[in-house]
Amino acid sequence: MKDGTRLYEVFVRGRRGLDHIHVGSLHAHDPEQALEYARETYIRRAEGASIWVVESRHIHASQESDVESFYDPMDDKPYRHAANYDLPAGVDNM
Amino acid sequence: MTEANSDIAEYSLRLGDDALILAQRLCEWCADAPLLEEDIAIANVGLDYIGRARMFLQYAGELTGSSEDELAYLRDSAEFRNLLMVELPRGDFAFSMVRQYLLDEYESLFFAGLKQSKDANLAGIAEKTLKEVHYHLRRSREWMRRLALGTEESHRRSQDAIDELWGYVAEFFESDEVEERLVGLGIAVERRDLEQAWRASVGELAAKTGLMVPDDDLRQTGGRSGVHTEHLGHLLAEMQFVQRSYPGLKW
Repeated sequence: MKDGTRLYEVFVRGRRGLDHIHVGSLHAHDPEQALEYARETYIRRAEGASIWVVESRHIHASQESDVESFYDPMDDKPYRHAANYDLPAGVDNM
Repeated sequence: MTEANSDIAEYSLRLGDDALILAQRLCEWCADAPLLEEDIAIANVGLDYIGRARMFLQYAGELTGSSEDELAYLRDSAEFRNLLMVELPRGDFAFSMVRQYLLDEYESLFFAGLKQSKDANLAGIAEKTLKEVHYHLRRSREWMRRLALGTEESHRRSQDAIDELWGYVAEFFESDEVEERLVGLGIAVERRDLEQAWRASVGELAAKTGLMVPDDDLRQTGGRSGVHTEHLGHLLAEMQFVQRSYPGLKW
C-alpha cells in the first residue's frame, strides 16, 4: 500500500492440539508488527495460544473457474467420506 | 494514619497518576493513529495504563478514605504527582512512540524492583503490571527501530523527539524523603539504582538505530511535588469535564 504497509492473513490456534484457523486480515509494516497487531485485534480476550501471520500475496487461492475441474469429480465418490464410522466418545475434533 | 501508611498512600498515588495521565495521552491517538491497526494497538496500551491507574488509585484511596474516581476526577493540577514526561502533549507519532519507549525501558526496571516490595499490595500490582510492560517494551522497541531506520523524515522526527524528551529523563531517577523512607522499609524502589541499566539499554538501541543520545544539560523535574508544566491543566480540563459539570454522574 501507499503507506508502506502490506496485507497479512492471520491464523490463530485456540489451544494446543487444535489447528490454526484463519480469523481475518490486517495491514502492517513488517511481520513482527503484523504479529503484534494480530495479538491486539484477534486475541485480546485470550482466544489464542499461537498466531501465524502470512503475507496475503503469498497465498495462492483456487479460483471460481477451477470449480469444474477441482471439485465436481468428487460429487459421485461418497465412499471417500468417513461418514459411516462411529467416533469414539471423547473425540471432539476430527 | 501512621507515617508509613501515609507515605505508601502518597507513593501509590504517584504511580497511579503516572499511569492515568499517560493513559489519557495515549488514548488521544484513538481514531487518529497512522493506520487503523495502530489505533487499536495504541488504545489497548492506553487501556493497560487505565487498569494500572485504577489499581494504584484504589490502593491510595483505601489508605486515605477517597474513591478512585474522586482521586482521578476531582483533584487539581497541583495535587497530581505524575512524572512531567507523561503529561507532555502527544506531539507527532514519533514523539509519542519515543516517549513510550523511554518510559517502557524505565518501567521494565522499576516494576521488576517493585515486585520485590515488602508491601504485598504494591508487589501484587507490580507483578501484574510487569507482564504488560514487557509487551509494551517489545512493541515500542520495534517502533523505534522502524522509525529510526525508516525514512529520512521518520529518523529526523525520532531524533527531534528524543532531543525534546531528554530533559525530562532526570525525573525518572530522582528521589525524595517519602521515597527514601519507603526504600528504608523495603517498600519502594531505589530509583537512582536503575539509571545505569536504563542508560545502557537506551544507549544500545540508539547505537543500533543511529540516534544520538543528547547531553544531560537540561533537568526538568517537579512532577512528584505537584509542580507541573502548563499542559497538565489542559489535559485535566478535558479528562475531568464530565465529573466536574455533573458531579457524581455514573454510567
